[in-house]
Amino acid sequence: MTDFLNAIHYNIWILPVLLLLPLIGATGLMADAYFGRTTDGMGSSLSRVRGLALTYFVVELVLSLGLWWSVDTSSSTWQAYVSLPWIPLWGARILLGVDGISMLLILLTTILMPLAVLGGWTSIKENAHSYYALLLVLTTGMLGVFMALDLLLFYVMWEVMLVPMYLIIGIWGGQRRLYASIKFFIYTMVGSLLMLVAILYMGFLHPDATTQLPNFSYDYLLHSLALTHVQQLLLFVAFFLAFAVKVPMFPFHTWLPDAHVEAPTAGSVILAAIMLKMGTFGFIRYALPFFPDAAMDPRVRSIVLTLAVIGIVYGALVALVQPDFKKLVAYSSVSHLGFVMLGIFSLNVQSVQGALMVNLSHGISTGALFLLIGMIYERRHTRLIADYGGIAKVMPVFATILTIVTFSSIAVPGTNGFVGEFLVLVGSFRTQPVYALIAATAVIFAAAYLLWAIQRIIFNPLTKPENKGLRDLNWREIGLMAPLVFFIFWMGVYPKPILEKTQAAAERLVQQVEGGATMTAANEGRRK
Amino acid sequence: MLLSSMQTIATATTGHPLADTAAKFVWLLPALPLLGFVVNGLLSLTAAANIGPADPSAVGHGHDDHSQESTHGAHGAHDDHHVVRHRHAALVSLVGPGVLAASFVLAAAIFMAMRGVEMHVPFISTLFSWMPVGDLHIDAALQLDPLSMVMVLIITGVGTLIHIFSVGYMQDDPGYPRYFAYLNLFVFFMLLLVLGANYPLMFVGWEGVGLCSYLLIGFWFSEQANADAGKKAFIVNRIGDFGFLVAMFLLFSNLGALDFMGIAGSADKLQPGGPLVTTICLFFFLGCAGKSAQLPLYIWLPDAMAGPTPVSALIHAATMVTAGVYLIARSSLLFSMAPVASLTVALVGGVTALFAATIGLKQWDIKKVLAYSTVSQLGYMFVGVGVGAYAAGVFHLMTHAFFKALLFLGSGSVIYAMHAAYHATHSHDDAQDMRNMGGLKQYLPITWVLMWIATLAIAGIPVFSGFFSKDEILSSVFARAHGSPLADAVWLGIPGSALLYFVYALGLAAALLTAIYMTRMMLYTFHGPNRTGEMERNHLKEAPWTMTGPLVVLGVLSAIGGFLNLPEFFTTLIPALPGETLAKWLEPVVGSATARLAGGEGHLPASTEQLLVGVAITIAVAGIVIAVTRLKPAALVKKSESPESVGLEKMLEHKYYVDEAYEKAIVTPTIVVSRAVLWKGIDSGIIDGLMVNGSAMFARAFGWVGSQLQSGQVGTYAWVLVIGAVALLGAFVRAMQ
Repeated sequence: MTDFLNAIHYNIWILPVLLLLPLIGATGLMADAYFGRTTDGMGSSLSRVRGLALTYFVVELVLSLGLWWSVDTSSSTWQAYVSLPWIPLWGARILLGVDGISMLLILLTTILMPLAVLGGWTSIKENAHSYYALLLVLTTGMLGVFMALDLLLFYVMWEVMLVPMYLIIGIWGGQRRLYASIKFFIYTMVGSLLMLVAILYMGFLHPDATTQLPNFSYDYLLHSLALTHVQQLLLFVAFFLAFAVKVPMFPFHTWLPDAHVEAPTAGSVILAAIMLKMGTFGFIRYALPFFPDAAMDPRVRSIVLTLAVIGIVYGALVALVQPDFKKLVAYSSVSHLGFVMLGIFSLNVQSVQGALMVNLSHGISTGALFLLIGMIYERRHTRLIADYGGIAKVMPVFATILTIVTFSSIAVPGTNGFVGEFLVLVGSFRTQPVYALIAATAVIFAAAYLLWAIQRIIFNPLTKPENKGLRDLNWREIGLMAPLVFFIFWMGVYPKPILEKTQAAAERLVQQVEGGATMTAANEGRRK
Repeated sequence: MLLSSMQTIATATTGHPLADTAAKFVWLLPALPLLGFVVNGLLSLTAAANIGPADPSAVGHGHDDHSQESTHGAHGAHDDHHVVRHRHAALVSLVGPGVLAASFVLAAAIFMAMRGVEMHVPFISTLFSWMPVGDLHIDAALQLDPLSMVMVLIITGVGTLIHIFSVGYMQDDPGYPRYFAYLNLFVFFMLLLVLGANYPLMFVGWEGVGLCSYLLIGFWFSEQANADAGKKAFIVNRIGDFGFLVAMFLLFSNLGALDFMGIAGSADKLQPGGPLVTTICLFFFLGCAGKSAQLPLYIWLPDAMAGPTPVSALIHAATMVTAGVYLIARSSLLFSMAPVASLTVALVGGVTALFAATIGLKQWDIKKVLAYSTVSQLGYMFVGVGVGAYAAGVFHLMTHAFFKALLFLGSGSVIYAMHAAYHATHSHDDAQDMRNMGGLKQYLPITWVLMWIATLAIAGIPVFSGFFSKDEILSSVFARAHGSPLADAVWLGIPGSALLYFVYALGLAAALLTAIYMTRMMLYTFHGPNRTGEMERNHLKEAPWTMTGPLVVLGVLSAIGGFLNLPEFFTTLIPALPGETLAKWLEPVVGSATARLAGGEGHLPASTEQLLVGVAITIAVAGIVIAVTRLKPAALVKKSESPESVGLEKMLEHKYYVDEAYEKAIVTPTIVVSRAVLWKGIDSGIIDGLMVNGSAMFARAFGWVGSQLQSGQVGTYAWVLVIGAVALLGAFVRAMQ
């Protein structure tokens, strides 16, 4: 496989192609809708639009799969690196590259997107061409965030994601879609504005010696910035806000339940499975390596860890009392992402590897949960847990898959959820035992809120007449859940191939931060 | 071909005497039940599935098309039994018990191989690397040693019998394949639990059996009580699992290892009797208290009787609930270094044994009596492993697996007969309440005889199996109470010696109550006049051979199982018999730990030992005599006509109101606080209301002020102009001065 990929120079063209293809697709869909209407007067039919869209996503997926083999994750240099001119006057370039961490997140995105499309296959009927075009643009934005190695490009991609998601929630969402979409947009926008200021400051701090232009290159800034402790702290706070809102960390999480609940199925899936990962990815890629001194500052660390652990327990307890299943899953995300933050800031190989694993498995499991909720919502048009009950009798396949996904979310060993949580806890216990101990209580709460929820949905007597006539999943629905169920068991039983992909990057992060922090301390000492 | 390619995955300890024996197929032990699970699971789904339309959103409601399973109403023992066999029933009946029997045959072959070799080093078969991260290496590796061998034989042996029994008991249930899928999956996880070569892999089995227990308790999920019971079992177990996890974290951060061999190699880093090893052991014991239903986490086990009766026999009596005892025996090295933790185990075990026995005295549901009896007997096992008599604990685990499985399956036979009788007459009376039984011995003679054997065994009547195992535990407690490290240790200010005499007294008291409540159960069920009903009586009959057959085998084991580990006083009486077979067999695993806690004293003087045996027998006989003379089965009336009990009796019948207390003290407050304070208060109120929407309001207010400035009314503009001009002028004048 590697030989074949080398022969076609895969690493040279793959990243720009992955970014461009969805944009071409989006343009194509809009053009098709526009010209389709003028030529035959019928408009392009729904099945044609969604068929085209799915084709784009599947091609994107197939193309991206090569990354699994082509990316040398043990290398210390960026893989599939691309450098193209962009805005010379500002010193901004299109720099793209991946390591093991971003490669897996890219694959998570390209795998989940076709499934998200299939999830909304029959429920999206109005303005389908715009809907699918927006999904495609969104894909470019998300992949761009994972690939960008220029801070200005990163920021642009970061904001590019917002617009299509805002529209998807605002147009195809539920009853309170306007409130939710505006809240989502402003919340995340406000969070990231300070980050823009920080990026500009960093870019202009050490302009290029000859041209006097600012330089936003990730590698350049990482090696040339010599920041004082105070500078680091201020810049860290600016980045922290942007990422903490996205994660979302307590208390910056309240946009999430509204956005999740109101978004259409694909929107919820993408929000939970991919967009939340931007926040944790940001910490790993930017906030920690750039400002190691701030991140290792005991005060900062204890604040972040405290918020993470509050998020874990608080998210679980609030999830316990949610009457709306989507909202319950939204709060469970707050709890799960708290584990990721705990793992990252405990900063040892096990905890960071665990955090990366929770990141991925939360994407799989929560994505699957939202898809499943979408399936019963399409049948019954309600998300309230109390409206169901006993439907395992009429929907045994649905009940089986829901049970599997639930237990993966509870982190029962043998599923993906366990590997991540176990590694986070075993690692963080070494450096932060008190936080780890409190976080570990989540194993009890997670079982409580999820089992109580699925009992009220699929078990108990089947009494409501509306539920008695429910039909089980169809082949499309079974087929789209099958890969997710496969990943749940693969990552749970044999996670070694995935852990190997991120091993080098995780070790590098730990060294960077610990080494960086001692370096700044040494600098400060010299200055005094 | 599949077999040989699978074999290459496994790399076994080379050079081990077991390397070229059947032991190299150890991975097949769990793999076979897993295969059974897959087959039965697929059969269940393909038969039940009701594939939906391509566009679910386009379908209106009100279609009345039920799935295979639901058409026949999954009600089970409590409601109408439609005698419609599942269409895959024959295949399922073959696969379900078949994979287990194959596993048992393999286990027996490995056992024969193991008998011939010295087992000082366990045989470890590494399948693949599970979680390799930095200095953490967790392998999917199976460990064969005398301890895991005993457990494997019990699990596959008793498991096979219970699977066969299930064929008869469950064959008319619409969820028949689903039942066997779960049961097979349970055995897979149980085998993983005892074969795992490290704590994390053991934890996979540990949680996996909990998962299957959850699924099987809630097997008839359409009744809320059953679904509730399953959920309760899982959540309460998770409290224990939290302890198991923390113990693992402590081990890894201090010893850098999680596999049994690695821990044994680096255990000298732990200070014997120090706070660290004590903490580790106490957290492990929290796990045990959850899984093995000890105080204060026992509350899920009685509710777990909501599952089918063979499940109660296999999971909630013979195997899963004894996992905690296995965990302590497996960790005997650590526990022997922590006398305070060991004393805690013994004390909790002793108190649980007596506590549960008192509740068992006043239960009317035949399965509830057995459930509390199980909690109580598990307490004995913990007394055994708590005082460092690990072999005795495992011995009681084994005999208990025989007689308690027999009692549960026997009760299953009774319920089956009662249920069939009520079904035939369309009665809705309670088929499990002993007040509706009575005099069943003439209708179910085989069950009657076999259950009496089990009752004599559990009561501790000589030569039946339970007599030897229970006596061994009690005499160990007595022996350790003087001149052992345990006796010299201090537990919360109490001398270990006093504590152990107290535990011994608890054990004796519980033994008396055990004999009483078991005899009561037998009298009310099988003796006296029949209260089932005039019409129903004619339909009472013995179950088919698939059900009585396994009972007979278990009856034989319950009767003579004690001969697997005869004590010294007995072998001096009959020198021809081999003594302490099991203890010798387990010696390579638990020998050094046992010796460490036993101290120099070793065995009791023969005269003391004979006295203790005499006391034990007297108490057992006294219990039976008290029950026979004091209880009047003839005076009982049907459940529907029975008056409410009062006072102490009422309190026992309501199990000391512990469930109600937990509900009021923990469950309700958690939900109320989460809803009112966390969600409505902090989330919606402070964060969203005050901060998020508050800042939006602020921005809007600010904008309103600004918009007023640009109202487009010339008059306003003129006034602002004037005020501004005056202000500027004033400032100017001031600056000039």
